[in-house]
Amino acid sequence: MIARILPHPLLTLTLVVVWQMLVNYVSLGTLVFGLILGIVIPLITAPYWPDRPRLKNPAMIVEFILVVLWDIVVANIVVAKTILFTRNTSMHPAWISIPLDLRTPEAITVLAGTITMTPGTVSSDVAADGRSLLVHCLDAPDPDAVRDEIKQRYERRLKEIFE
Amino acid sequence: MSADMALWQEIVLAVFLVTAGIFGLVGSFGLIKLPDPMTRLHAPTKATTLGVGGVLIASMLYFFFAKGHLSFHELMITLFLFLTAPITAHFLAKANLHTDVNRDAVPPPAGDRPWAGFESDEARRIAEDKASKGA
Repeated sequence: MIARILPHPLLTLTLVVVWQMLVNYVSLGTLVFGLILGIVIPLITAPYWPDRPRLKNPAMIVEFILVVLWDIVVANIVVAKTILFTRNTSMHPAWISIPLDLRTPEAITVLAGTITMTPGTVSSDVAADGRSLLVHCLDAPDPDAVRDEIKQRYERRLKEIFE
Repeated sequence: MSADMALWQEIVLAVFLVTAGIFGLVGSFGLIKLPDPMTRLHAPTKATTLGVGGVLIASMLYFFFAKGHLSFHELMITLFLFLTAPITAHFLAKANLHTDVNRDAVPPPAGDRPWAGFESDEARRIAEDKASKGA
């Protein structure tokens, strides 16, 4: 019964919270309208979800978000330094191929987004079988080290969250 | 700015705004300075994040200091920015891979099938037929 009204409780919760933040204050009226949206939208969109990701490890999600936020700040400073102080001729742009241990499409999507937001790397393509990511580095004298760091820092945590 | 803020509050706001401005400027400068389309993609996805982020933090602090209430709109802007920026970058990178990049310059993926952007429709159909028969 609950599963029929709330096919996706996490999506419902997200919609309610996002609605509160969009109207920018909390009152009974906005809460009720947020709940209506949170119930109706998942019901209407349910046929389009390919899958429902299962989140295993909530503490790890917090850790992951903090690590990524910190890395985004560091990434900004590193890239700004590269732009300002490295001559174009002494830069080492590189393509690297990252073999994936992750299998969940949602986890791979989060990993690709994270790679783009963090130090000097942009995820550019995924293999047709979903087993590797193609990443472009702005300045990577040692591409293997970049690959190992991505696997160690982000993929390991995502694996604990999603799989 | 309004007179009902203390000096230190105005200084904090100013620091955030100036930092944000510098990062925005550096990101835009990177677009001119970097040598090719792939490296140019790095400048707006990174340096600008902190540029926009700094302005948003300053805006939140301003409403908290001057009006005494928390504003959540800035958090929503951050969230939507983090969702959309990587997708835009991904599309730009893929378009560039298609048109400009020598396919031999790109390392091969770990599995048997090529990068999704390089696989022809014909090869994809055959591979998916094989996968569905195997399953």
